[in-house]
Amino acid sequence: MLEIQEVSKSFGSIAAVDRCSFSIAEGSITGLIGPNGAGKTTLFNIVAGFLKPTEGRIRFDGRVISGLPPHRLFHLGIVRTFQIPHEFGRMTVLENLMTVPSRQIGENLFATWTQWSAVRRRDGEVRRKALEVLDFLRLSHLQDELAGNLSGGQKKLLELGRTMMTEARLVLLDEPGAGVNRTLLGELAEFIKALNRERGYTFCIIEHDMDLIAELCHPVVVMARGRVLAQSHMDDIRRDRAVQEAYLGVDDPAEAETAA
Amino acid sequence: MELAGLFNYFFFSICLAGIYAVMALGLNVQWGYTGILNIGVAAFFQIGAYTTALLTSPDNPAHIGGFDLPGTFAQLVGGEGAFLGQLVGQASILIGLLGGMAVAALLGFLIGWITIGLRSDYLAIASIGISEIVRLFIQNEGWLTNGTRGIAGIPRPGIGLYNGSDFLEFMVLVVVAIGVVYVLIERAYRAPWGRVLRAVRENENAVLAAGKDVTWFRLQAFVFGCTIMGLAGGLYAHFTTFVSPEAFRPDLTTFLVWVMLIAGGSGNNRGAILGAFAIWAVWSGSEFITSAFPVEYVTQIAPLRVLLIGVILQVVLLTRQQGLLPERPPKPLVTDDEAPNRSG
Repeated sequence: MLEIQEVSKSFGSIAAVDRCSFSIAEGSITGLIGPNGAGKTTLFNIVAGFLKPTEGRIRFDGRVISGLPPHRLFHLGIVRTFQIPHEFGRMTVLENLMTVPSRQIGENLFATWTQWSAVRRRDGEVRRKALEVLDFLRLSHLQDELAGNLSGGQKKLLELGRTMMTEARLVLLDEPGAGVNRTLLGELAEFIKALNRERGYTFCIIEHDMDLIAELCHPVVVMARGRVLAQSHMDDIRRDRAVQEAYLGVDDPAEAETAA
Repeated sequence: MELAGLFNYFFFSICLAGIYAVMALGLNVQWGYTGILNIGVAAFFQIGAYTTALLTSPDNPAHIGGFDLPGTFAQLVGGEGAFLGQLVGQASILIGLLGGMAVAALLGFLIGWITIGLRSDYLAIASIGISEIVRLFIQNEGWLTNGTRGIAGIPRPGIGLYNGSDFLEFMVLVVVAIGVVYVLIERAYRAPWGRVLRAVRENENAVLAAGKDVTWFRLQAFVFGCTIMGLAGGLYAHFTTFVSPEAFRPDLTTFLVWVMLIAGGSGNNRGAILGAFAIWAVWSGSEFITSAFPVEYVTQIAPLRVLLIGVILQVVLLTRQQGLLPERPPKPLVTDDEAPNRSG
């Protein structure tokens, strides 16, 4: 579905992503792991159109999409969330979700004056959908709360909720589990599985919580220093010497075992 | 006689404060809704005023135009003496105002097109520079604007229904203008359009990630706000019947309007109007105090009025950070009882 081909991105003399290639299969939940500074988020930013690659290309359904702006990629069905929640703080939780859907007639300034009944009708539909999403995420009781007042974990759920307001096909989740407590993390995993199964979302997940990755993801791609180090099932990844070295910075795997 | 004078002063104040209220509403669309830091309010106000002035003032060989719209239109239907002629002449004032709005919008579009991608602090600096360019252009291009001598003879609308006050009929016009602008921008605020703008203000990247063309929405908000400032300028030209560069000093326009919006409550249209009237009352009231001083001190004491406004701004920011009427998320357009799935 998504093919990343020899993509590089440098900031000055630092190569954040260095000839990185892998692909994401339709319907999969692909994990993307690696030590800090491996270039995972930079790669996400490139795929979602927030950064332009220095070299290489990205194909989505065979079509070259690298270099397209984020709003164009969104309409192709590529949706991302952010590592640090990007909520609209002084807007209600419901409004946060209702902002997302496209083709809202009320987003046309003149239509708000001349086609008020059509604007209201469409807004009713959008609102109903947002209420369904809140219901799914068990956040209904917070619908009129300002998003800025939510807890860190709730903001993470809201990030996921925004992707559910769209006709997403590929969802890029950047550390959905960071700062989320164990109970909520379990729920989050269930939500992701349900969306994958019922709505056919393809996921690519950056995460440092290896249990979450092991539970959700196949395959798992390991990145280090901007390149793909390994791509396999999580069980094999755990045994991979190169991966252990990258994570723990030791040469001797036996030493790595004891350190872990 | 005393009472009539007092009424006249009251009407006069409502007119002028109302014109500021229109400007504050325009700025609210830019800053309050969208978070666009426009420190060039004066430029759009002045462009609106000068365009309206040129369109409606009588012909003057010293500068281009004026095009005397009221007179021209009145001639078409039987002269200014006839009732119909007078009525049509009055109606043509609207064309003058629309012209002022259109040119302010055009200037806003050109400036916005270049600068709207800038981050807010850079945009602020750019807008200060551009507004100075506009002011100096108008001051120096005498063939177009009559330079520092200004443009006189701008008609004040009114058909003399009430002889007691020059300003009563104009006050009605200003109040109607505030009402129309309020209704239009309040509806836009409640609609998804306003929702996107607020989202842009809160987090631009998340709006990008939601597939919206953020630059286009920012440009719309900027141009729309400038258009409203242009309307305020047109009203001001008709109100004073004379425009000159001196009247558009940034401290009297940009600075005051910003204080009005912040004190009233940015993001809240009623707050913007309330702030305009409240700050105007302080500003105008302080003139009574300074004029009570002996003549030799008056010129020295006048700048203290600006200081006073600054102090008020500080007090508001420290005690009521969100202004007199804080922003509140709008009520949903469709409530639960009438959602489409329930009403069939």
